[in-house]
Amino acid sequence: MKKKMINFNLNGRKIAVEIEPQLTLLEMLRDRLGVKSPKCGCDRGDCGTCTVMLDGRTVRSCLVLAVEVDGLTVTTLEGIMKDDKLTPIQQAFIDNNSFQCGFCAPGMILSATELLKKNPKPNKEEIQEALSGNLCRCTGYSPIIDAILEFTKGGK
Amino acid sequence: MSVVGKRVARAEGSERVKGAGLFADDYKYFGMLHAAVVRSPLARGEIRKIDFKTIAKIPGVAGILTYKDIPGRNCVPIVIDDQSFLAERYVNYIGEPIAIVVAENRQTARLAAAQAKISIEELPPLLNPLEALNHPKIHLFGNDNIYKHIHIHRGDVKKAFADCDVIIENEYHTPYQEHAYIEPQSMIAIPFPDGSIEIRGSMQCPFYVRKAITTILGLPENKVRVIQCATGGGFGGKEDVPSLLACQVALPAWIFKRPVKLIYDRTEDMMVTSKRHPAYIKYKSGATKDGILRAVEAEYIIDGGAYSTLSAVVLFRGSVHAIGPYKCENVDVHSYAVATNKVPTGAFRGFGSPQILFAVESQMDQLAEKIGMDPVMFRKKNILRVGDTTVTGQKLEYSVGLEETLDKVIEKSGWTPGKSKEDGVGYGISTIYYGVGLGAGGKSMARTGARVLVHADGSVLFSVGTTEIGQGMTTVLSQIVADELGAPLDWISMMPTDTSRVPDSGPTVASRSTTMSGNALKDACIKIKSVLLEEAASMLDCSTGDIIFDEGIVTGGGKTIKLLDVIKSCFAKRLPLSAEGWYITPSTSWDDNTGQGDAYVVYAWASNLAKVKVDKETGEVNLLKIWAAHDVGKAINPALAEGQIEGGTLQGVGYALMEDMTTNADGAIRNPEFSTYIIPTASDQPEIVPIIVEHPFPGGPFGAKGFGEQPLMGVAPAIANAVYDAVKVRIKDLPITPEKVWQGLKNK
Repeated sequence: MKKKMINFNLNGRKIAVEIEPQLTLLEMLRDRLGVKSPKCGCDRGDCGTCTVMLDGRTVRSCLVLAVEVDGLTVTTLEGIMKDDKLTPIQQAFIDNNSFQCGFCAPGMILSATELLKKNPKPNKEEIQEALSGNLCRCTGYSPIIDAILEFTKGGK
Repeated sequence: MSVVGKRVARAEGSERVKGAGLFADDYKYFGMLHAAVVRSPLARGEIRKIDFKTIAKIPGVAGILTYKDIPGRNCVPIVIDDQSFLAERYVNYIGEPIAIVVAENRQTARLAAAQAKISIEELPPLLNPLEALNHPKIHLFGNDNIYKHIHIHRGDVKKAFADCDVIIENEYHTPYQEHAYIEPQSMIAIPFPDGSIEIRGSMQCPFYVRKAITTILGLPENKVRVIQCATGGGFGGKEDVPSLLACQVALPAWIFKRPVKLIYDRTEDMMVTSKRHPAYIKYKSGATKDGILRAVEAEYIIDGGAYSTLSAVVLFRGSVHAIGPYKCENVDVHSYAVATNKVPTGAFRGFGSPQILFAVESQMDQLAEKIGMDPVMFRKKNILRVGDTTVTGQKLEYSVGLEETLDKVIEKSGWTPGKSKEDGVGYGISTIYYGVGLGAGGKSMARTGARVLVHADGSVLFSVGTTEIGQGMTTVLSQIVADELGAPLDWISMMPTDTSRVPDSGPTVASRSTTMSGNALKDACIKIKSVLLEEAASMLDCSTGDIIFDEGIVTGGGKTIKLLDVIKSCFAKRLPLSAEGWYITPSTSWDDNTGQGDAYVVYAWASNLAKVKVDKETGEVNLLKIWAAHDVGKAINPALAEGQIEGGTLQGVGYALMEDMTTNADGAIRNPEFSTYIIPTASDQPEIVPIIVEHPFPGGPFGAKGFGEQPLMGVAPAIANAVYDAVKVRIKDLPITPEKVWQGLKNK
């Protein structure tokens, strides 16, 4: 198939890349551009580990074709940190033992970041609803919910 | 100040919350090929013709390999060597590997594998273990299709039932449970020009993987190095299955002399990798009216699938746990692991015990009700305490905290059994135990090695043969090393687990890492500490017995010096500050025919109390809260121990209420995706109250005993008992779906 040139903003950098039209956003980020935080857990939009932000809204990057981001802004977990420094919500995940294997953590943190931007003081049910598209099999979710609740109270 | 017992943050810390990329799929190598597996579309058949001409022509395909290309033995060794690496003449389950395709990229490899033409003559499959057991004509394993039979026999059951005032007899069924680790199975093989090969991947058991590679490639162990990558969840699902993946990448890497990567697609992962055994249980138990459990008779059948894999040892654990944590002098249990033409089942947190404990604890509540005694009192009359003898004839000498766990869940919940309550609301209890470590079923592997290396700058690097799979082993072992050496925690680091660092240390299973690797590290640290002590004694001019090491400060003879200065002094004198540690478990014993022996060195204990509200219109069970108390011996890190309780409990909630994996009429897994196999999400998360109880194990590091599996094990019966308490509907077939409860309400 004929390749297509696309231009987009990735974590504050301008990217121009030539890609096959069937390539997903997740494949382009991981295999072409070496961005490692979005992970492939199911490749069909069920698990949420490939979560990235597209123009400020979370999407499943395995369900978005790379050609669709032409002209848009893509932010991955790498892009929400300044100079590779942890954001307060990442720190809250460490302080609350909010991950075990850590495979779901990038997607979980991006979903939490989006929630807190829209709703700075979410209650427990709102947090559960916002995270319900991100599967975690290790923690039982309560340390993740606790981390976000603690963050809303201004940290430990 | 000791760091053991403190809630220190996980050793992995920032790199995981940054998604920095340490999982197998995050690695790329120069010239790397991608593999995909050609699999059987039929549950049972004879391979007639394989035609790879068309797919070999697909641009990007580098090659296709079959059993004929295997330089060593065509076998994936696990317990019994009955599983081929690649099928030769017969296939025995849907998804059985037949060939490996390698290509320049993953998409091409998968596309080519899907288009491979294989002609197979279909043979009638055995899909139901109850039919497969002693099948007269079709023999999948031996002459009876039985991988393993265990008989536990004590006293005189017949006579004892005659003396019982109440007898309860039921049949129970439990389904598959899928691990649903969020990182799919992932593996890379890298061949080197010197004739050695390196395997990197997601796994629990690097030494199993090494054995598989030496078998299929015919290499000595010193030419195969296996390194564990960050592993995105295991729960037993990455015990034996990674050996298959490692073979699937090692063979093409070896033949084509290029690195090869293989990541299972999620659907493939759910279709073809191991799961919890479905179980069929007949259970009869009897008690006297004063509440004494007098007799148990049970038949426990587990569906092992097409190859034996770990079924024999799964059955061992299930059988030892077959009457629960109770005293009972008259027991007759027959258990069978049976061959069928379905995906091989294997290890999953609890390892054959959650199935039988569902029956055991459901029975206990029914006996209590029939006697007219509350379920807590009935359990109190029968639970094991120090000095009691288990069903296998083992005398318990220490570390039996069951009663305290029971008292704690009652106390924290404020529940009074039998008290009148809100309509549709019920409480249910379960009391369980867990044999820690491999026990007599895996005695030959019950050893571990460790290495500790203190550098001249004080930094410490240790290596062990067990793996970090999210459970927190690295953190807990770092805490143990810090305390043993008297060094600050931030001096301590662990090497990724690597078969070239330590002798074969057995698998990371059976909740054994803290006790086994902890004890081996302790052994190594004691050797180093003796050198440090001698040197400190000469520096402080006092005897070694007067010296205290504490987080980098050494005191003795009324003086204080820095541990770092002691280390520097040792290096100046060219004294060795590295050591190997080794640990083997005390002896266990077992007789398959009588089911008697000292099955495990020590047991963990737990009580779960579930509170539910049942919707009488829809049958839906709303789990309101669950109190889970576990005797862990000693929590080296209480935050991580609570993490194990919370995570394991929610997996148990999934098993109890929603996870429902079944097969189609052809033997294929019917629901191999997260959209059809439903695991708990954040919205399903009930309030979980983790409670730690500590009855120290004298043989464990700082009194610790393993318990990581236990949180899952007793959740389903606690919920089933709560549902009964709420609406008087007894569910004997997991999961407890609204349909089943509604049917039960309708039939009342």
